[in-house]
Amino acid sequence: MQEYFIIIISAVLINNIVLSQFLGICPFLGVSKKLSASLGMGGAVSFVLVLAGALTWTVQTYILNPFKIGYLQTIAFILIIAALVQFVEMGMKKYSPPLYKALGIYLPLITTNCAVLGVAIINIQKEYTFGKVMVHSLSHAAGFTLALVLMSGIRERLEDADIPESMQGTPIALVVAALMSMAFLGFSGLI
Amino acid sequence: MLVAVVTLACLGAIFGIVLGFAAKRFAVEVDPRVEELMKIMPGANCGACGMPGCAAFAEAITMDSVKPSACSPGGASLYEKIAAIMGTEISAYEERQVAQLLCQGDNTHTRMLYRYEGINDCHAALANFKGPKACNFGCVMQGSCSRVCQFGAIQMGVNGLPVVDYYRCTGCNKCVVECPLQLYKLVGVSHLVNVRCVNTEKGKDAKANCATACIKCKICEKNCPEDAVHVVATGDGTVALIDYEKCTNCGICAAKCPTKSIDKIMPLSEEVVLEVGETPAPGCTQCGVCPPL
Repeated sequence: MQEYFIIIISAVLINNIVLSQFLGICPFLGVSKKLSASLGMGGAVSFVLVLAGALTWTVQTYILNPFKIGYLQTIAFILIIAALVQFVEMGMKKYSPPLYKALGIYLPLITTNCAVLGVAIINIQKEYTFGKVMVHSLSHAAGFTLALVLMSGIRERLEDADIPESMQGTPIALVVAALMSMAFLGFSGLI
Repeated sequence: MLVAVVTLACLGAIFGIVLGFAAKRFAVEVDPRVEELMKIMPGANCGACGMPGCAAFAEAITMDSVKPSACSPGGASLYEKIAAIMGTEISAYEERQVAQLLCQGDNTHTRMLYRYEGINDCHAALANFKGPKACNFGCVMQGSCSRVCQFGAIQMGVNGLPVVDYYRCTGCNKCVVECPLQLYKLVGVSHLVNVRCVNTEKGKDAKANCATACIKCKICEKNCPEDAVHVVATGDGTVALIDYEKCTNCGICAAKCPTKSIDKIMPLSEEVVLEVGETPAPGCTQCGVCPPL
C-alpha cells in the first residue's frame, strides 16, 4: 500500500511530468490559455496515458521481452500510441459525440505528445508490475492535468495584468512556467 | 534481425486490422444534406452567422436551429439553394435584416440647444438636458452605435448622423440595444421605404425643432394606394408608421411627404459592389465582415 502511495505522490508532485521532467511542454504552453481547454486537454491526455500505459506494458512484457528485442521499444511504443489514439478517436466519435467535440481537436495532438511515450518508457525502466503501471500512469496524468490547470489559471489572470509590450504572450508564459517549475522543486524533499 | 522485422510487421498488421474494423464498426452516419450544404456554402468561415464556421452552420441548418438568412455573405441566391436542398419554401425563411436609423435630423436640419463637448458617448450626452438637440427624440450623434458595431457597418457621416452600411450590417441587434433613444429598428432588406422620425410631439412643435420631422399631416396616409402607412398613436402622441406587410415600396409617400421624414432608399444589388479602386484580397469572398481599413 505504502509503495503505491509513494508512487502517487512522487508522480503528481515531485517528478511532475511537465514541471520536473519537462515532457509534454508543447500542450503545456499551447493549450493553457483557457481553463476549460486545459481541462479538456488534461482529460484527453489522462485517458490516452492510462490506456497506452497498460498496452505498452503488455506488449513489452509478452512480446518484446520473450523475443529479446527490447531495443525496439521506442518504435513499437510509438506505433502503439498512434494506433491507440486513432482507435480512441473513432470510438469516441461513435459513442460520445459531446466528449468527442470537447476533446476532438486535442486527440490528434496526443499522438505526438512525448509525455505519453515518456511515461510508458518510465513504466518499463522502473520494472513495475501491471497494478503499479496503472497507478503510475494515472498519477502522471493527474500531475499533467494539475500543471495545465494551474498554468491556465495563472494565464487567465495574466490577461488582465499590465505587462510590458515586449513581454506579452509567450515570453511571460515561459517566465511563469519557469517559476512554477522552481516552485515544484520545493516538493523534492517530501519523501 | 528477422525476429525484429517479423514482430514489428505483425504488430503493425494487427493494429491495421483492428483500426480497419473499428473504422467500419464505429462509422458515424453523417446527414447527407450537410455535405450537400457544404458544397454551396460561401466558404468564408467568417462567423457572421454566429457559428464557428460554414461546416457548423450547415449542420445547424439541418437541425433547424439557425435560419439561412443568418449567412450574410450568401445572399438571396444561397437561401434559394438551401431551401432546395432542405425541401422547404424560401418564404419559410426570413429575409436578411438590417438596422435602419429612425432619425434624419443631422446638424443641418435640427436646431441645437447648446454645443456638447463632453464625453463622446450618447448616454452621457443625454444626461445633460436630454441631449444637445432641441428635439428630444432625435439622435444625439455621439456614435455609441458606431462603436458597438463589430462589423464596421455604422460610420459617423459628414453631417453628424451615423450611416448604416447595409452590405456590412448583419442584423446582430447590438445597435438596437445600445441606442439610448431606441432609434434603430431591424427591417428586412427588401423594405426600402421607412419613416425616419419617431417624434410624437404635435406637428407644430416638431417642425419648430427639426426641418425633417414627422408633422402628422397624414398626406402619406391619404396618398398610399395600399393603405399601408398610417399616423398611429405611440407614446404620448402620434407618428407615421408603415405596415411592411402591405407596403409595396412604391415610394409615393416618400415623394409626397412635405418634410421628407419618409425616406426611400436604393435597393441593394445582389452582389456586393466594390468601390472604385478597391480590389478584393486573395481568397476574399466579400462577405463584408472585415473591419474597414
